[in-house]
Amino acid sequence: MHPASSVIVFTVLSGFGFGCLFWLAIGLPDLMGLDAFVYYAIAFAVSVVGLVSSTFHLGNPQRALRAFTQWQTSWLSREACLSVIALVVMGLHAILVIFFGTNLQWLGILGAFFCLATVLATAMIYVQLKTVPRWNHMGNLVMFLLLSLTGGAIFTGSDWVVHLLIATALLQVGVWVYGDGRFAASGSTIESATQLGSLGQVRLFEAPHSGSNYLLKEMVHIIGRKHAVKLRFIALLLMSVVPALLAMMMPLSVVVLVVIAGIHIAGVMASRWLFFAEAEHVVGLYYDKR
Amino acid sequence: MTQLPPPSEVKLGLVIDLDTCVGCHACVVSCKGWNTENYGVPLSDMDAYGSNPVGTFLNRIHSFDVQPETGPAQTVHFPKSCLHCEDAPCVTVCPTGASYKRAEDGIVLVNEDHCIGCGLCAWACPYGAREMDAAAGVMKKCTLCVDRIYNENLEEVDRVPACVRTCPSGARHFGDLGDPNSEVSLLVAARDGVDLMPEQGTKPVNKYLPPRKKDQLVQPAGTGCGGHMEEVAAEPKGFLAWLDKSLEAL
Repeated sequence: MHPASSVIVFTVLSGFGFGCLFWLAIGLPDLMGLDAFVYYAIAFAVSVVGLVSSTFHLGNPQRALRAFTQWQTSWLSREACLSVIALVVMGLHAILVIFFGTNLQWLGILGAFFCLATVLATAMIYVQLKTVPRWNHMGNLVMFLLLSLTGGAIFTGSDWVVHLLIATALLQVGVWVYGDGRFAASGSTIESATQLGSLGQVRLFEAPHSGSNYLLKEMVHIIGRKHAVKLRFIALLLMSVVPALLAMMMPLSVVVLVVIAGIHIAGVMASRWLFFAEAEHVVGLYYDKR
Repeated sequence: MTQLPPPSEVKLGLVIDLDTCVGCHACVVSCKGWNTENYGVPLSDMDAYGSNPVGTFLNRIHSFDVQPETGPAQTVHFPKSCLHCEDAPCVTVCPTGASYKRAEDGIVLVNEDHCIGCGLCAWACPYGAREMDAAAGVMKKCTLCVDRIYNENLEEVDRVPACVRTCPSGARHFGDLGDPNSEVSLLVAARDGVDLMPEQGTKPVNKYLPPRKKDQLVQPAGTGCGGHMEEVAAEPKGFLAWLDKSLEAL
């Protein structure tokens, strides 16, 4: 699948932002006044930048409001609705904490729920797709949620940072290894795609068009996989290993946390780039390409 | 609404005969022509006369080479367009309701005025039946020529999809696959029509008729060319025998 930068920025930043809001919602750390203002402002800014960047890959973004209507069937629509609910609930929570010094626990729990639900819906946009076997399993769903929680834990300097970072490394390796076998396990082959397998071995003789097209550009993105193994190492180092080592060796001052967050986000971006670039769509079978 | 309607009684669709398709791409051209001038925005081309032309098409012909365990390979031309699936995954993923399946005849359509061009429906389709138009930024797909098949301004013979009307080899058939006694349903039953990628669970309405088994030329024993000509001598005689012997000796 084509790794569009707007979609990578969208999923990484909105995941990070809603993770930050999650930890603030459950009162870890328990902030008041100006401190709270700074934390909430950053968390909201990152979430909103992520959400807005998702509109950059739309063909007709001026109609984006229509995307709030089909929540009954569409995970993309659910993601849109849940993100707005989460922002509104957390906005209310933030106003009460910052300006009135009141932390309503039930409101926080409600906000935390909607933050996680938003990240879950984001993941489901990809996990639901049977056509992309590498995405189509719950491991990716847990990965999105875990990365969101880890990002928020770094942001708030949580005691759980090291544990969560180690968990991301383990799960990431598991998702990669499991994902590698998913296409073969899906049962889709050039023979199932053409239903010609009973006659013999099938290969593409002549493509339907000599140039490229939307399908090949969007769903048969092969070029990016050349350095996939090296990129996996880089992603793992930046996303989990280096931040975990830093968090274990240094006191978690603001400066150290900012450095860790920067390295971690760069690593998540690399991982998310691979999430797209390595994903193979079954339509490639009709082109004898994956 | 992107909720799928309950399965319709009428299921309009195509039956494509892989045995008769000659791979001429006439259906590709007629589809592009009709759908550029009628329903929805035109099917645009980018850099049409330049070095890297790319365009939107709703119907494309792949050609496959099938190699049996013994004997020569066989070429199969393979037209591919929207299969108007009963469990259409492209419909339910749509966030705006632009993508929908008609309750009355099962045709899957895009309301282009509501489409935001997010591309998720094309991702959800296993068959590559949807292409985003680069000029208009909306998703294009086969409409089963909904603006022809019910169009009373056209001659009755023309009230079929443009690809079916134009096919010179009769490889494309249009009809109601929901009616077990329709011509297309009988054809599917007679020729063991199949679903593409059944493992994806999309329940396509369009069916494909696999190529018929090739017949074998049976020769009566002891006769060449079906008994019409004498067999070619395995051993040369006369002058050729002398030439053969002399050349061997050199």
